[in-house]
Amino acid sequence: MSLATKLTTALLAGGVALSLAACAGTSSSTHSGEDTTAAPTATAAALEGSITVFAAASLKSTFTELTEEFEAANPGVTVELNFAGSSDLVTQITEGAPADVFASADEKNMTKLTDAGLIESSAPVDFATNVLEIAVPPSNPAGVASFADLADPAVKTVICAPQVPCGAATLTVEEATGVDITPVSEESSVTDVLGKVTSGEADAGLVYVTDVIAAGDAVEGIEFPESSEAVNVYPIAPVTATENPDAAQAFIDFVTGEVGLGVLAAAGFGQP
Amino acid sequence: MSRATASYSGVPRWIVAVAVIGAAFVVLPLAAMVVRVNWAEFIPLITSPASVDALWLSLRTSVISTALCILLGVPMAIVLARTSFWGQKVLRSLVLLPLVLPPVVGGIALLYTFGRRGLLGQSVEVLGVTIAFSTTAVVLAQTFVALPFLVLSLEGALRTVGTRYEAVAATLGARPTTVLRRVTLPLVLPALVSGAVLSFARALGEFGATLTFAGSLQGVTRTLPLEIYLQRETDPDAAVALSLVLVAVAVVVVALAHQAGESEGLRFWRRRSA
Repeated sequence: MSLATKLTTALLAGGVALSLAACAGTSSSTHSGEDTTAAPTATAAALEGSITVFAAASLKSTFTELTEEFEAANPGVTVELNFAGSSDLVTQITEGAPADVFASADEKNMTKLTDAGLIESSAPVDFATNVLEIAVPPSNPAGVASFADLADPAVKTVICAPQVPCGAATLTVEEATGVDITPVSEESSVTDVLGKVTSGEADAGLVYVTDVIAAGDAVEGIEFPESSEAVNVYPIAPVTATENPDAAQAFIDFVTGEVGLGVLAAAGFGQP
Repeated sequence: MSRATASYSGVPRWIVAVAVIGAAFVVLPLAAMVVRVNWAEFIPLITSPASVDALWLSLRTSVISTALCILLGVPMAIVLARTSFWGQKVLRSLVLLPLVLPPVVGGIALLYTFGRRGLLGQSVEVLGVTIAFSTTAVVLAQTFVALPFLVLSLEGALRTVGTRYEAVAATLGARPTTVLRRVTLPLVLPALVSGAVLSFARALGEFGATLTFAGSLQGVTRTLPLEIYLQRETDPDAAVALSLVLVAVAVVVVALAHQAGESEGLRFWRRRSA
């Protein structure tokens, strides 16, 4: 995002905040129909209203934390969070669910919304990356050490189905390395893969680095260099139909800003 | 007969109005789905290898699960209806628990019982049987959630029929097994059929427990509901088409169960009027 855009946003936010303050108590409308003549102040701290953020399920812990910090920094704004698989969220937004911000776990699902005209095609900003990692139960019963080990039929490996982002990433790595995994199950979500590993049903599962970190002691993570073949990029953007574009943009700036990057890095996300 | 009809006309209009809203609430979403079906692609969508595998697996596992439900459920219903023992009420509640339990919870419970590190899983694995990620796991999950339907309908019927005929047969010298075979089971056959049909329907629709416990692999564990769930990610048209197939099967099943229940009602009515 350019400096000019940021400045414009800040100025607009100030203007809206003032006009909102002007009609406070007389109307509950969130639209700033009438323009006040007062010059916008430089501090955009007086954001108001509420926004709903639709975020990929893998962002649950980071976005919950970031939202708390964002609300602390902007006491006038309440943020509602809705987590689900990115494609579920796309379906919900397409069907008219009230979202102000969409944070996707991959570019493909973001593109679905920009193609549909629900998000400006220039709006999405990449804010995080994620790569695959092998998750094994704590004692690593099958002795998995590398990505190639997963091709061993004796190793019960669970992966995501190719239809979901983590499965698409798995397929990309498989094709790039020539390692042919015969999975015992192709799950519809990372959570389901992780569940099979933590319960010890599976010997190994392919999930994201961030999922391994979030799972704590329940699983062991094994990094593998081939994971760089499929780097998942997370874009975030305001939904065009938002009634509170300033708060939405402020939230996005917060996520892509210093605090956001810190929280995301701690959870294992990479920087785009 | 005419008196019965007359008493029905006394239904308040507002009751009818609310009933219509209720019916619309159930029927409208189904209609909305039918509207979304891509009819031009319908046949190719439901005959793709993945779809056919899923449908075939669903039918196979549901039939086996229903058979298991009958095998285990009939004795359970008889014990619950015909005997009394300490803790029976608690036992009945526990047995019927899968009916109200979220299927995911059932899946977790099964995992900790039959999973590789489960209560029984290790001893089963010693015998050379691996349940994890197999079709057996699907059948177990389906049986677990479907069993209460059979037990519930059969137990109710057994209590309603009473023990008069059984007592007569016993005084005439019939052994308990003969009484069961010649008197009790024929009496409750309609309830057994409708219970079995309901169990089949529940097994066919099973999703949560299967996903949690069995996994999802084409032709092995990915039943129709799991296939629909997955297809929705990339191909909503296929998901809707397959949903319609499941709805069609469900309609047939409900009709069958209703018919079985109807004939049961007919029997009682005949017996009473005779």
